[in-house]
Amino acid sequence: MRKIYSKLALSLVVGGGLALGAVGTASTAHAVKTGGTLNFVVGSTITTSDLHRETTFGVVHPFRPFYSLLIKVNPENPSSPTDFICDLCEGSVPKGTDGFKNYTFTIRKGVKFHDGTPLTAHDIVATYNKIIFPPKDVPSARKSFFKMVDTITAPDDFTVVFKLKFPSGSFIPAVATPFNIIYSKKDLDTYGYEWHTKNINGTGAFKLAEIQPGSHVSGVKNPDYFVKGRPYLDGFKSIIAPKMAVRLNAIRGDRAAIEFRGFPPKARDDLVAALGDKITVQESDWNCVLLNTINHKKKPFDDARVRRALTLAMDRWAGSKYLSKIAIVKTVGGVVFPNHPLAATKAELVKLAGYSEDIKASQTEAMRLLKEAGVPNLKIDFLNRGVDQPYKVVGTWAIDQYKKIGVNAVQKVQPSSVFYDSLRKKHDFDVSADFNCQSVINPIADVTKFLGSSGNNYGQYEDQPLEDIYNKLAVAATEKEQRVLMREYETRAISDQAHLGVTLWWYKINAYRSYVKGWKIAPSHYLNQALDNIWLDQ
Amino acid sequence: MVVISESMVESDIEDLTTGNSWGAMVVTMLRKYPLGAFGAFIVFLMIFLAIFANVITPYDPVLNSFENMLTPPNAQFWLGTDQFGRDILTRIIYGSRTALFVGFSCAIIGAFTGLVLGVASAYFGGRFDLIFQRVMDVFMAFPLIIMALAVVAVFGTGTQNVIIAITIPFIPRCARVVRSSALSIREIPYVDAARALGFTHTRIILRHMVPNVMAPFLIMLTAFVGQAILLEASLSYLGLGVQEPVPAWGLMLQGGAEEYAESAPWVAIWPGVAISLAVFGFNLFGDSLRDALDPKLRQQ
Repeated sequence: MRKIYSKLALSLVVGGGLALGAVGTASTAHAVKTGGTLNFVVGSTITTSDLHRETTFGVVHPFRPFYSLLIKVNPENPSSPTDFICDLCEGSVPKGTDGFKNYTFTIRKGVKFHDGTPLTAHDIVATYNKIIFPPKDVPSARKSFFKMVDTITAPDDFTVVFKLKFPSGSFIPAVATPFNIIYSKKDLDTYGYEWHTKNINGTGAFKLAEIQPGSHVSGVKNPDYFVKGRPYLDGFKSIIAPKMAVRLNAIRGDRAAIEFRGFPPKARDDLVAALGDKITVQESDWNCVLLNTINHKKKPFDDARVRRALTLAMDRWAGSKYLSKIAIVKTVGGVVFPNHPLAATKAELVKLAGYSEDIKASQTEAMRLLKEAGVPNLKIDFLNRGVDQPYKVVGTWAIDQYKKIGVNAVQKVQPSSVFYDSLRKKHDFDVSADFNCQSVINPIADVTKFLGSSGNNYGQYEDQPLEDIYNKLAVAATEKEQRVLMREYETRAISDQAHLGVTLWWYKINAYRSYVKGWKIAPSHYLNQALDNIWLDQ
Repeated sequence: MVVISESMVESDIEDLTTGNSWGAMVVTMLRKYPLGAFGAFIVFLMIFLAIFANVITPYDPVLNSFENMLTPPNAQFWLGTDQFGRDILTRIIYGSRTALFVGFSCAIIGAFTGLVLGVASAYFGGRFDLIFQRVMDVFMAFPLIIMALAVVAVFGTGTQNVIIAITIPFIPRCARVVRSSALSIREIPYVDAARALGFTHTRIILRHMVPNVMAPFLIMLTAFVGQAILLEASLSYLGLGVQEPVPAWGLMLQGGAEEYAESAPWVAIWPGVAISLAVFGFNLFGDSLRDALDPKLRQQ
């Protein structure tokens, strides 16, 4: 009986949450309360505060509220892959002229950075030059999103023109990516491209109050914010809590109101069972997939047979069935967000290495390949990130899968900063847990992660045929054409060459204090994090 | 007084180690120190389980078995299974290998290094002793766990690094205790006699001083094993020790206590019981050893 009641309560809360979400716009317009401080927990430590080079929510959640974007996903409709609105631009998002090769943005007037410097079009140009055309030693994780961009110019102080080499439907979604926060040209010119790794100066709804490394980041309301009446909150405190138990207990004890990333199903059930209608739940598919990046510069991983064996070892269908009960992963998929029209169907997936439902045959083939490559008893160092969900859970599962083909993997779990240092600079791993988490669902841009030339690919390989397929994909005119090329790209990237191993796609569950209002779940934990639309019903 | 005490210590060690059969020793210990005997039983049981883990347990401690995930204790899985469907009893038994390996490695390396350094410091005295003891003061200023955390932060995670992290703070603690005993021994005439006969410093330290500080040393050694097991479990619990899928009690506690404390409490309870029992066992054993070797306590 108790189980039935708890399930009933859960259903009511989930249903209630979704229903409230559906009518959220109308109700919030009448009942908004101002003031208060939003405490939220973040399950990662801070690497740097320069979002242009970073790929983790661990920096988006604490730092995005200090900044603005040129355009952004509509916070009232964040699940839509096509609903964009202006943030620092005025009017509606430009449609493109000259055969969709020119995009002209009119910049808001009267916007000021937190240090008082007025924002102009030159700040936008300087920022996007840093993102798209960085100097050789300056990392930019998403520069490959903008392969279509030829030039960025500011004909006057309040106009920015992006000129494209070829028309691309992925340009506008790429601009709306929440990592593309706008910096001041003055800061970039005066202090260089490293300054923002440790310093904050944006135009966002909140000003920096304090950064306590390892503890928290806090912000206070920006009285000069360019959206009148916003933000509703007086401030926020982003509490660093890598351990999930700490985050759960923080919400349970009301030390924090929300965790924007996501909890596994069991944690949701525990919170709802304990707090009933004091908890609201929102759920969504998640544009995030956990990968295994293989270091091609280390032998024997330069051998495609070895890489293929590692992906053949994974029983993804069984993994989905069981891991979805204990981790924030669920869906079996290829390189594209599973619900998208460009994603592989199940019939297409099972043709890829490691996706067959006959796992015994796959594992036998894997062992044959390892033997053929001369490494039947392969030993690997498996680098993993010190974040419980889903890294350590899926990492432990992956090691178990490797063991079934005779591969002995030793897991080395590191805090985020050390983990990224290994991935980006030291390259001292054999295989590493990695991820492709994107914000706006934009498959043509999202799949650049699999290109050796991509700024956020750490496999250290060059694959010109794959680059060529992508170049064709980027300019493909019709969805049918894109689909064919995407299959070709997918097959080469994760099956034939097996540069990276796709494990499982994530599933987003946000269970939070019901007094947090105005926030809507998106298919990404990067989206909707400006916090200017959140208010507290207390 | 000092001379008499030292001779009593030596005779006590002899009582326990020579002239008696093992059976007689066990009976004596059971009679005189029942708690110590209980501690010794736990210690030897752990050692037995660690050595014969692969014979005793029917399951693989590492392989996932998702169809059995989070099974409560039953006839098939006596202590239940964890979130990966692995038998908890099997992992606890294999976990004793990790605990003992780390515990003994840290205790032996830490205590022996401390022994040599402590006796040398007392023997040479003067400026060497002064500087060396200040260095030890610096190390001892940090609590054990903080020092271990700092070392892990520098060297990284993993079994070897955990051993280094735990061993380093043990050295000054042992050195300080041993030095205080060695200081009194240094003044005993036979040490002067050895000097007068022209023995080398190494010989005097190893042959004449070290054997006479064995009582506090052995007590420190056994105490260190328990402490090392607890520290290893603490570091693993914090995610800084050994890593999955290696069976280790602290790691099991971390995975279980955090997420399944309410719905599957057995995941967290049994590793906790194992840690408590092991530390309890070593502490009881160490206490009894102290009682047996300390002449003052013995007289009482």
